[in-house]
Amino acid sequence: MMWRVMLIGATGAFALVMVLLAAGFLRPGGGAPVSVGAWLGWGGVGFVSTVLLALLAYAFTVGLRLAPTASPGGVTITATAEQWRWRFDYGPLRSGGTEAIMVLPAGRPVVVQVTARDVIHSFWVPRLAGKIDAIPGHVNRLRLQAAAPGEYAGVCAEFCGIGHRSHGFMVLALDEPGWNAFVSGTDPDELSPWTLR
Amino acid sequence: MSGDAEPAAQPDLRLELARTWSTPQGWWGVIVNVNHTDLGKRFMAAAAFYFCVAGILSMLIRAQLASPRSAFVGPEIYNQIFTMHGTLMMFMFAIPMFEGLALYLLPKMLGARDMAFPRLTAYGWWCYVFGGMILLASMLVGKAPDGGWFMYTPLSSRTYTPGINADIWLLGVTFVEISAVCAAVEITVTILKLRAPGMSLDKMPLVAWYLLVTALMMVFGFPPLILGSVLLEVERAFGWPFFDPARGGDALLWQHLFWLFGHPEVYIIFLPAAGVISTIIPVMARTRIVGYGWIVAAIFALAILSFGLWVHHMFTVGIPHMALAFFSAASTLVAIPTGIQVFAWLATLWQGRPELKLPMLYLLGMFVVFVMGGLTGVMLAVVPFNWQAHDTAFVTAHLHYVLVGGFVFPMLAAIAYWLPHVTGRQRLPRLGEAAFWLIFVGFHATFFFMHIVGLMGMRRRIDTYHAETGWTLINALSSVGSYVMAFGFALFLGDCLMQRFVKRRAAADPWGATTLEWAMAIPPRAYNFVSLPSVRSRDPLADEPGLTQQLKRGEGYLARVREGLRETLGVETSTGRIEQIVVLPGNSALPFIMALVTGGFFLSMLAGLYWIAPAPVLGVVVLACRWAWQGGARADVGPLQIGRGERAPPHPETTSTPGWWGSVFTLCADATFFASLVFGFAFLWVVAPNWPPPACIGSISVEAAIGIAAPMLAVVAVSFARAALRRGALARAMGACMAAGVLVFVAAAGVAAIPVLGKLPDVTAHAYAAVAGAMLAYLALHLVIAFVMLGFAAARLRAGYMSALRMHELAIVEQWTRYAAVVAAIVLVILLLSGACR
Ligand code: HEM
Ligand SMILES: [Cu+2]
Ligand SMILES: [Cu+2]
Repeated sequence: MMWRVMLIGATGAFALVMVLLAAGFLRPGGGAPVSVGAWLGWGGVGFVSTVLLALLAYAFTVGLRLAPTASPGGVTITATAEQWRWRFDYGPLRSGGTEAIMVLPAGRPVVVQVTARDVIHSFWVPRLAGKIDAIPGHVNRLRLQAAAPGEYAGVCAEFCGIGHRSHGFMVLALDEPGWNAFVSGTDPDELSPWTLR
Repeated sequence: MSGDAEPAAQPDLRLELARTWSTPQGWWGVIVNVNHTDLGKRFMAAAAFYFCVAGILSMLIRAQLASPRSAFVGPEIYNQIFTMHGTLMMFMFAIPMFEGLALYLLPKMLGARDMAFPRLTAYGWWCYVFGGMILLASMLVGKAPDGGWFMYTPLSSRTYTPGINADIWLLGVTFVEISAVCAAVEITVTILKLRAPGMSLDKMPLVAWYLLVTALMMVFGFPPLILGSVLLEVERAFGWPFFDPARGGDALLWQHLFWLFGHPEVYIIFLPAAGVISTIIPVMARTRIVGYGWIVAAIFALAILSFGLWVHHMFTVGIPHMALAFFSAASTLVAIPTGIQVFAWLATLWQGRPELKLPMLYLLGMFVVFVMGGLTGVMLAVVPFNWQAHDTAFVTAHLHYVLVGGFVFPMLAAIAYWLPHVTGRQRLPRLGEAAFWLIFVGFHATFFFMHIVGLMGMRRRIDTYHAETGWTLINALSSVGSYVMAFGFALFLGDCLMQRFVKRRAAADPWGATTLEWAMAIPPRAYNFVSLPSVRSRDPLADEPGLTQQLKRGEGYLARVREGLRETLGVETSTGRIEQIVVLPGNSALPFIMALVTGGFFLSMLAGLYWIAPAPVLGVVVLACRWAWQGGARADVGPLQIGRGERAPPHPETTSTPGWWGSVFTLCADATFFASLVFGFAFLWVVAPNWPPPACIGSISVEAAIGIAAPMLAVVAVSFARAALRRGALARAMGACMAAGVLVFVAAAGVAAIPVLGKLPDVTAHAYAAVAGAMLAYLALHLVIAFVMLGFAAARLRAGYMSALRMHELAIVEQWTRYAAVVAAIVLVILLLSGACR
């Protein structure tokens, strides 16, 4: 949605510049002084800032919705990246952590606390949320929510050395019974009907 | 005085000018040459060479990505290839290309005979050559940098990049940056001081404004990166943990320092190109630029905004939402000054009758590509979108639309436009047009598709991908496009080289341009103008028909040679009133030798021979003194005839000399470096994990008192020396300088006592001590500089180089003494306060 709005806006602006450019060459006449105020004031400042303001207002509201906020019934998971593995811990919810696979309840807001042990990595599950960097010594928070149970691929989105390309993980979103089984200790491999492995 | 006789008509004036400004033939001539035309051409040729090297690397990248599961190279090599491609393009192609263009054109467009500091031009050139050789050599032996062109820590720190690869980047690039900072200072001073009489600021050609702002941005933009590189190299070599989170450092400090440079860098690359556009478009449209004042304001706005925006490269590091919104808004704001320029260019085309000659064709390419790049840039500035697109091929595509549209196409236009000036020949018809279409079509094929794979989720910097991703076809098309583009570039290069064989001479002003660089014989002579113009409008060639001939007949200023000296005129900065005759140095091997010795320092660091490193540093100090010793005058001559019935004093007898201004801007760069270091200290203190440190600095009140008070007294002593010199009391002035030197020495001893007495905690244990140590080292360095300069001043006084009229050298020494005193006060107060760090 956001993407489409921006695409339309950008195409419009591009077309405007191109039409002005072509007209400069093709129109008959020329050689008469033009109005500086009209071109630079209305065009350069007026037109450009109107487009920007609209875009910003829109982006800001979208951004607010994506911001990580504590919400009731939420789950907090810690993701730790290192060359070239991902570890996920569930705090008091579950005693053992998981590796290479992050389990979460579908339909509930989840806050992921992201950090790294060695170099900078970046946590990115394209279908669920934007990315957030995993930086040694810092903990960053990202809110995401899987609408439906399923598997979602995640990757490392900051160059982290030789193994960067295959530094990925899998997100497993479970329904309520599955999630309950998981937090009580069941191995995630046994819970994933969708797994191709 | 010999200069007093007004030379009515020197018949062999041109011969004598040629003799005065000439360089010897052969290798020796290559080494001692300091002429801006020659060095400008060298810079551009070398930059073109690096463009080819980096271009070949990009062909390898596209070969690798053309098909899934490509086994062409593995990740070890692939990482080196894209890192070197980015590094060479940014540091070895783009910046030097514009420097070369500026060196070549500026004096000619401003109506001067050379740049303000010809030897510095040459020094910058040799630093660039030697730094580039380090980078190239590393590539040949397969040890090239491989951490990406922004070298994020901790990946680039010793633990995760144990080899020499990262050191190559840090040292090689820093070496080249020295060259960039030299050029920046020189360009700034040349524009402010070395213009034709009558050329007030508002009569400068627009491109001079662009270059002025670019140079100023470099003065303030490069020091943070140089600081970052120095700190990272010290961390790698000696284990001072500036960036290691386990010991109170922070990886984010590197990101801040890097992008503090890296974001302005994009505009440093764009602005000179925009200056070229603003110069060529009115000529192609046979009119004058619309909105001169608006454009100048837009350039400044762009420069200032760009320094506030570095965080926009760090949207994903976890910054609070409100801060993100602020930077997001500010990032999109740059679209306004950019928009003003684009509309000014459009309006200029509308106002005139544009003709589609070759330079204009490349500018049309610029319009299409650059506007698209700007629009995707606005998209990326929007945070939620950035979260999705950050670090994908979408970003790579955006970056190339901006850089190729905003820099490469304008540079191709510039080459097409000014090559007749350089060679004095005409080009072959149609070859350039064919090259344009290949480049234009190939470019869009390559990078438009990369937007799409980026949105499909293809990350940047991955060496291969699986066929199931569905990216295969698009990537293959993109690679084919890149070969088409490469073919276009080869054709363009061939077209330029062909000019050697074309015998048709170009007309004196082939495009009907109105700026001064066309008011001379082409190809240009080493002295540019037989006599210097006096300027009354922004378009001198249009408003004063016959100007070119007048100048050639020697009817302008300085139509003579005084005692074999190279001379040009210096003006009052804003009004352009004649102020001084600037006497420029002649051929010299010093720049070459000094660059060699500087290179010795970098090589000893690279080889890990740290105990040798002090020797070249000492060598640089000695050479710098030798350098400064040349020039100057030992007698007062008073104002001299400069022709047209006017007189001006030679520069040593004025106060506002180019050297004085050069020193001011060098200090600006230096102060930015220092400010970045202080920022680093504050940043780590507030943000970094694992603070407070295990141990704080001991009680240093005595040392600090000495370190603060002694330089202040030295400043007083130097003022006293100046007052004495003004009264002509040379012996007193000398005594005061020596006293100041002793005081500075005492301060240095006090500062050195802090680590020697063990009051500085272990610098390898925690970032706190490491930064404190770095600040002390910086302070000590500046005390040493002040010490050497004060000794130098005393020697100059003794040798008769100063008098009540010739005071500017002492004024420069005073600046540096004051600066050292201010640094001492800041550093020591910070350290005193931080004694309570726990
Ligand atoms: C001439 C044709 C060019 C082609 C075909 C090309 C191609 C590429 C490609 C495919 C990448 C992505 C590498 C990856 O992510 O795996 C890349 C990266 C890059 N290119 Fe170019 N490029 C060209 C020109 C330029 C120019 C003119 C500049 C700058 C003035 C430039 C600067 C960069 C930079 C800074 C990077 C990022 C390197 C990194 O990720 O560390 N390129 N280029
Ligand atoms: Cu990673
Ligand atoms: Cu990675």
